[in-house]
Amino acid sequence: MTKSHPNGPKPARITAGRIGLYAFLVAAALFFLLPLYTMVVTSLKSMDEIRLGQIFALPAELDFSAWVTAWSGACMGTVCVGIRSGFWNSVAITVPAVALSVFIGAVNGYALSLWRPRGANLLFGLLMAGGLIPYQIFLYPMVRAMANIGLYNSLAGIILVHVIFGLPLVTLLFRNYFVSVPEELCKAARVDGAGFWRIFFEIMLPIAVPMIVVVSMLQFTGIWNDFLLGLVFAGRDYLPMTVQLNNIVNTTMGERTYNVNMAATILTAVVPLAIYFLSGRWFVRGIAAGAVKG
Amino acid sequence: MSIKRKRNLSATIALLPTWFAAVVVFIGTMAWSIRLSFTNSTLFPSSTYVGFAQYSKLFASAKWLASLQNVLIFGVLYVAGCLVLGFLLAAALDRKIRFESAFRTIFLYPYAMSFVVTGLIWQWMLNPTLGIQASVRSLGWESFVLDWVVNRDMAIYALVLAGVWQGAGLVMVIALAGIRGIEAEQWKAARIDGIPVWRIYVSIILPQLGPALAAAGMLLAMGVIKTYDIVVAMTNGGPGNATEVPAKFIMDNLFGRQNLGLATAGATVLVLGVIIAVAPFRYAMHMRNQAKGAA
Repeated sequence: MTKSHPNGPKPARITAGRIGLYAFLVAAALFFLLPLYTMVVTSLKSMDEIRLGQIFALPAELDFSAWVTAWSGACMGTVCVGIRSGFWNSVAITVPAVALSVFIGAVNGYALSLWRPRGANLLFGLLMAGGLIPYQIFLYPMVRAMANIGLYNSLAGIILVHVIFGLPLVTLLFRNYFVSVPEELCKAARVDGAGFWRIFFEIMLPIAVPMIVVVSMLQFTGIWNDFLLGLVFAGRDYLPMTVQLNNIVNTTMGERTYNVNMAATILTAVVPLAIYFLSGRWFVRGIAAGAVKG
Repeated sequence: MSIKRKRNLSATIALLPTWFAAVVVFIGTMAWSIRLSFTNSTLFPSSTYVGFAQYSKLFASAKWLASLQNVLIFGVLYVAGCLVLGFLLAAALDRKIRFESAFRTIFLYPYAMSFVVTGLIWQWMLNPTLGIQASVRSLGWESFVLDWVVNRDMAIYALVLAGVWQGAGLVMVIALAGIRGIEAEQWKAARIDGIPVWRIYVSIILPQLGPALAAAGMLLAMGVIKTYDIVVAMTNGGPGNATEVPAKFIMDNLFGRQNLGLATAGATVLVLGVIIAVAPFRYAMHMRNQAKGAA
């Protein structure tokens, strides 16, 4: 279906049109890169230099102290421990939540597409509808329910919430993937006496590895970048990095330390960016697959 | 028969946690919230029903009305901006250019970043005393003004700018995949007829990208209704009510102002908004699939 080579005629020699085309692309690239550049140079300047108001100027000398402060000394209100704890909280939240939701998503997709038990279509429809609805309508009752079972403001609680709200997307992606698996494969295994779980672990999981990679990446980025659920459910001790970052930048007392703010912002963005740069193609496949959801 | 039932039993058991999530968490909590919106609950849930009083109060609130207007302006400009810029980038990348993959990487990387990060970067870029404005002024253009984040009339456009910067890459990826999927024959035919390149993109390519762009637009529009993080990070709703949005109004009343009834009424309106936005699209898809099946 998709071709990897561009359409259109072979480019002629240098024409005004070609120059205009490259001018547009370069201008667009500048627009997309400038914020990243600004963030990096600001984080390497001293506050005296920042006060000169030259946001695009290179730093006079490299000053990494803002990075050290952002990591281990920046203040959220009156507590000054840096964004370090937020980083580890985000790791502690994201890793188990991704593992669990990928596993449950794979089981769901497999059961819904190859076993189709009673009510499968209804369940799938409910999940898809649930995926479209704004979280705000679920929040208060969920907070109350979680408080009742002792999971509110806990690590297990925020992980559970991420797994639940991830269900629509992961189930959809795995279901679409397993639908394309030939049913004969499943039938043959059944004739050989293999059950639901054996077929799943020995046949289906190994073939689904590409999908597992895509879904993991999508879920990892999504959960790492979450703000709302972390703010509501994680509680003081497990605030994810995004929430701590916002607290550092937007609730400071006294003069704002822009270099520290920018260093903290980069530190928060670095994990999803690393995933993107290291695995660009998979990431693109992931968002393309996620876009089908619309 | 009994064997089949037993096999399906394992599948049913495997789906039980998901059934629980769908029925108890999604439907149950939604029903609870909607019920609360008809009561006079404030800090704690109350069971005194007040009919549509919370809804009247909601639509009498200047803040809620401002937030609806803001999200509409933001939504239209953000979705349109992402679609237009994303399509232009995809069309430009399709013209056999050098360094295509480098350009593609640059246009998409903001999409990997969170809305909090996006909001904070642009808050800094648009900082009126030390940001772009100060730099341009120091170059000699003393009257240059770029104070969007602190200007009531412009703050919403600052959000649009940051949003388009973050989301245009997504549209580019989807549009480029669509363009590459269009038959080369159509290109040849159009070129033989002497149709200029830009006309080919507008009259031949664009209509065929319709479904892909509609899906991308839908995805972005769903994000618009949920807009919260970027506002909190960039402007926190200000200056005044200039960037208040419904999702933030609900969160503030839910957890800050202890105004449960009003917050759940707002959330119910938001859900209705999603249904109204999605239903025609779903219906059109359903009808088209049926038409395909019949043909």
